[in-house]
Amino acid sequence: MTADARARSPLAARAADLATIGAELVPFLAQVDLRVDPTHAGIAPYPLPLEPNTAWHDDHYAALWLGPDEWLILGPADAAGEIVAALETAFADVDRSVVDVSANRVAIALTSEDRLDLLSHVCPLDLDPRVWSAGRCAQTMLGRAQAILLERAGTTPVLVRPSFADYVVNLLLAVRGATSGVGA
Amino acid sequence: MLLIRCPWCGPRDEIEFRYGGQAGLTYPPDPEAVSDEEWADYLFMRDNPKGPFRERWFHAAGCRRWFNAVRDTATHRFISTYRLDEEPPA
Ligand SMILES: [Zn+2]
Repeated sequence: MTADARARSPLAARAADLATIGAELVPFLAQVDLRVDPTHAGIAPYPLPLEPNTAWHDDHYAALWLGPDEWLILGPADAAGEIVAALETAFADVDRSVVDVSANRVAIALTSEDRLDLLSHVCPLDLDPRVWSAGRCAQTMLGRAQAILLERAGTTPVLVRPSFADYVVNLLLAVRGATSGVGA
Repeated sequence: MLLIRCPWCGPRDEIEFRYGGQAGLTYPPDPEAVSDEEWADYLFMRDNPKGPFRERWFHAAGCRRWFNAVRDTATHRFISTYRLDEEPPA
């Protein structure tokens, strides 16, 4: 499969604003929602974290804990079909739900040094490094928008619904403007 | 602002949660057999204690799981939270 040449991110026109908040667009991230009994996690093609709000990743793929029987598998653009096939093959003999939800969320990666300070102005999560560190993920709120946060070394990917993407960028721009010079 | 302990995610801000009413209600095993009065009682009538109350809560913006809580209706203090497959703590 190849990316639809007409595909366009809702944030395609906001590169300058993304740069201002210290973020970059992660275009067309492949996202597959998996629901399966956690006792079958061992036969998954990707390591499925069993500890709540933690994530596994390698250079290409990631598996985020979303619930006790639910994970979000992330991969490069165009990989959704391949991920779905890998999961369907692995779990062919057990009850499962495998759904391509790539169009469900827009991903941006916050990469600035003070990204957690920035997020903490609009996010109810405790983002203190003692509890929020690389390998953690969470579903939470950014302002009034639901979001998935993922923490990695030097970067915090943030996934939001496409219709809330502009709102979240505006929100972080406002925080950046209000706190410019503080930790920036 | 309340800090509510999701049995899966740990302590989270109350804005991530939705309230689901009284916990522990059982659907009438034989709904055809109950009287109108008993059916209305099951549908509409709820306990309203002053003090500890068993409630259902939904972690709507988080793991999207229902769980139960014992909350003091007079102080709003959460005494405990527990999974649906767990017994309420004594
Ligand atoms: Zn939760």
